[in-house]
Amino acid sequence: MIEFNNVGLVYPNGTEGLKNINATIKDGEFVVIVGLSGAGKSTFIRSINRLVTPTSGSLLVDSEDIINYHSGDLRKLRTKIGMIFQNYNLVKRSNVLKNVLAGRLGHTGTLRSIFSLFKKEDIGLAYESLKRVNIDEKIYNRADELSGGQQQRVSIARVLTQKPKYILADEPVASLDPPTSHQVMTYLKKINKEDNITTIVNLHFIDMAMEYADRIIGMRAGEIVFDGPVSEVSEKTFEEIYGRSIREDDLRGGADES
Amino acid sequence: MTNENNSLAEKKTPSIYPAKIKMQITVIFFVILGIYLFSMYWTQKEMVGGFAGALGNMFTVIEKFFPPNLNVVPAIWGPMVETIQMAIIATTVASILTIPLAVLAARNVTTFKPLYYTTRTFLNILRTIPDLVLAVIFVGLFGIGLFPGILALIVFSLGILAKLISETIESVDMNPLEAMRASGGNVYQVIWYGLVPQVLPQFTSLVLYVFEINIRASVVLGYVGAGGIGLILNQQLGFYNYPNAMMIIVLIFIVVIVIEYISNKLREALI
Repeated sequence: MIEFNNVGLVYPNGTEGLKNINATIKDGEFVVIVGLSGAGKSTFIRSINRLVTPTSGSLLVDSEDIINYHSGDLRKLRTKIGMIFQNYNLVKRSNVLKNVLAGRLGHTGTLRSIFSLFKKEDIGLAYESLKRVNIDEKIYNRADELSGGQQQRVSIARVLTQKPKYILADEPVASLDPPTSHQVMTYLKKINKEDNITTIVNLHFIDMAMEYADRIIGMRAGEIVFDGPVSEVSEKTFEEIYGRSIREDDLRGGADES
Repeated sequence: MTNENNSLAEKKTPSIYPAKIKMQITVIFFVILGIYLFSMYWTQKEMVGGFAGALGNMFTVIEKFFPPNLNVVPAIWGPMVETIQMAIIATTVASILTIPLAVLAARNVTTFKPLYYTTRTFLNILRTIPDLVLAVIFVGLFGIGLFPGILALIVFSLGILAKLISETIESVDMNPLEAMRASGGNVYQVIWYGLVPQVLPQFTSLVLYVFEINIRASVVLGYVGAGGIGLILNQQLGFYNYPNAMMIIVLIFIVVIVIEYISNKLREALI
């Protein structure tokens, strides 16, 4: 369970990333965070694994306040939180398997990892994860030889190999075309249901949020302006979140093609 | 009236650079031109005999060098190999020592500013000392031989390598490193899995490049007593034994060309 209690975050340059955030995310939920760019979606998500550090309030992950965590605790926290990025963040020159095994680093000792002495189970797990996202035939390809959608699937496999309790996805489909976007979201949803991994996804496409989310959190200017199950959401809700009427480019479309 | 028209026309077609920058560039241009003219004048004044005298001397000097003495090759082969060995050992040691220094001197990895500035300053100081001066110092400390030469080359190539590699590190894609940090990897793992694969081809290429420089530098270092072929070349020139000296120069030339060719081929294969 993740609990935000009056969490605020002010960046060193004075910008307020988060303002007095209160939210509770239960285990197994699939939450989509929507909002315009600059609304604080990324800051929200990155606070949970402390890629950014909130400056006030308390943030509980599994009922422990993580705001004052340091190196050792922080690594342990990050081991149980997987993250997916907009730009896939793979090492382009390394092969797919090595990229996926990188998900195991938190569980592997420094010396072992430097000599690539991963445990047999870990390598098996990496291969299993690649199979789950249907990309196991590319195992020895260099990451930069793959298409965007394939790279994002590899990064999902990397997260699966990590065996996380939570998955954070920061705009996972923003660099993909509509059909691949739906494919990636379908995998995320499937993993959420099958492994009961709590998943928090940042999206700015309204139709995708509606299609995949259990619950939607709307953010504007660092504040939560909407929080509720998908059934309570209508076009009007989005207009309130975005502070303007809905436009064509707020929709990803292409649901039928996938 | 015409003035007004002109100013209007200027407003419609603004110049590519602001007037202030144009002014600055013009001033800098003339200052540099002045420096060139002055130094040309000054060096001419110091040269006794001028170009005509130098050309006349050239032929008499060149004549003395020919033909090169081929019989001396077996005797100079040993020192030549020593020179190559010096360069190999120095490059190897320097490329190992450079790793921590390059990482510490890269702004994107070493976010702790004081440490970054300290390493940068240290490397800058290292690079300001010419290799010849280093060799003189080490020969003074350890006596004539290969060891001071190797030390001088290590320090000299460390300065270049660490600087170039830290700049390569600064240009890598930081996103994979963030991903590994986010999955709980520690500093060493993040560097090994995120940074090293991105830097490795450049690293190898730069090490080969510095190896080439070291081969040439080690010849010069022999002049001040730091062992190798340079020492012999200096002796032979001192005895006015020009055919022997010429053979040494030819041999150095061939070795440098061969090594540069091999390392160029290797670097092409890498990138």
